[in-house]
Amino acid sequence: MFLISLKRAIKSGWKSFRRQGGLSFATIFILILTISLVTSLFFFQKTSEYLVESLKEKVDMYVYFQEELTNDRILEIREELSKMPEVKEIVYISREEALDRFVERHQGDQDIIGSLDELGRNPLLASLNIKAWDATQYAAISSFLTNASFNDLIYKVDYQQKKSAIDKIFSITDSINTAGVAASIVFAVVAVLVAFNTVRLAIYNRREEIETMRLVGASNWFIRGPFLVQGMIGGIFAVLTTLIVFGIGLYFLAPHIEFLIPGYNIFNYFLNNLWLVVMFQLAAGVGLGALSSWIAVMRYLRV
Amino acid sequence: MINFQNITKIYKTGTCPIVALKDVSFSVNPGEFVSVVGRSGAGKTTLFKLLLAEEKPTSGSIYVDEADVHSLRASQLPYFRRKVGVVFQDYKLLESKTVYENVAYVLEVMGSLEKDISKDVPKVLELTGLSERADNFPEELSGGEKQRAAIARALIHRPDVILADEPTGNLDPFHTKEIIRLLDRVNQMGTTVLLATHNQDVINALEKRVITLEEGRVIRDEERGRFTL
Repeated sequence: MFLISLKRAIKSGWKSFRRQGGLSFATIFILILTISLVTSLFFFQKTSEYLVESLKEKVDMYVYFQEELTNDRILEIREELSKMPEVKEIVYISREEALDRFVERHQGDQDIIGSLDELGRNPLLASLNIKAWDATQYAAISSFLTNASFNDLIYKVDYQQKKSAIDKIFSITDSINTAGVAASIVFAVVAVLVAFNTVRLAIYNRREEIETMRLVGASNWFIRGPFLVQGMIGGIFAVLTTLIVFGIGLYFLAPHIEFLIPGYNIFNYFLNNLWLVVMFQLAAGVGLGALSSWIAVMRYLRV
Repeated sequence: MINFQNITKIYKTGTCPIVALKDVSFSVNPGEFVSVVGRSGAGKTTLFKLLLAEEKPTSGSIYVDEADVHSLRASQLPYFRRKVGVVFQDYKLLESKTVYENVAYVLEVMGSLEKDISKDVPKVLELTGLSERADNFPEELSGGEKQRAAIARALIHRPDVILADEPTGNLDPFHTKEIIRLLDRVNQMGTTVLLATHNQDVINALEKRVITLEEGRVIRDEERGRFTL
């Protein structure tokens, strides 16, 4: 009996979906807009997360040591610093290495290379490049360095100069996250309401039929079934269309975004997370279609 | 089998309440053919709506097979309604379904097998002269065809009771005769029939029990009644 009813619900839902071509098309269109909006917010969130992470990655700290300090002493200090829980990575750059990098960077600039030759010695200092797990931890590391026993061996800490830039990144990333979450919630709510109302209007047109179905002895599930199926079919079509549109759109958009955020290929991200995106869209499309139908039909089942 | 006990129905809409039925009591035995006559607004349709539990009475009870219709739970109501075939005055056909699907719907609701549905529906459509219209939608039918489709739907599942509210209102004399003959035949096979009609000829030709309503009251209940208002 259950299987017969299920088969009939699917058959009847599909028939209604086909027969109400215009209305089905309008519903799919609204669902596509809703799913697209939700998917866009998803990608926006992921992109901004990547952007924030890559910005945070770029934040680091240089500790320059006095000229006369030996390599071994600096390596001891590195050892001490690496024990700090805040420190993620610590790289020693010797004076020679610093010089090599400097020369490499200014290879074409004859003036600088010339004046370096004139000087006759290596003017650069040895340093430790410190990366923290989180950008908020640099203040703690800086304070540790100020109070450390080897503080007098430090020539300077390149943190105060960067502090304003770091603070700015924090405030920007915080704003992006807060604005992103707020916009996502507002847009998602609006989209869900619009989609829900479209489905509700479609069912409102058939309210008398629903009442008649009750009067000829149909159970609530028997009435509800085809409407749920119809809503879900609309959702599936909307998801498929959105997937294709996003696939093509992101394929062409990826090089432009990668230009702005190096190392981030949004199309590859889309492909790698295809199942997640599909599940996300199905939840939004099919779930919304079915849930809207459920609530809308419920109103007319009271006869 | 069907027992109306002191039924009163008052519609409290607008400024002045409308008394549709007042203290109506009568019984209908299994297999009886009862015609309910009365002017427009006499309460015939309300009587049927109450029997089908589409509306609740203001006071009084209706018993069908010893069960109080208005005490049935929402989940039991569909099973009760499947025992009743209704020809609604306004047809109430499912606009999004074809004539065939409208008639088949009742069997689908009852869980009949597909092979039985495809055997029974064409028979009833032939009986009501709608074979040619099987694939048409209600909006493509004339008033008379819609009425016959509603009758086909009410008959298809061989219900215990048939409620026919003005089933011949839009039919020509030929089809009127056919439909009444059909209802009579169904009645002879054991189905209880309640017929609400204006049609004097139909009532007089039937020579069966007639209940006359006037302003919501039963003013006459005759075993072999005639149409007198």
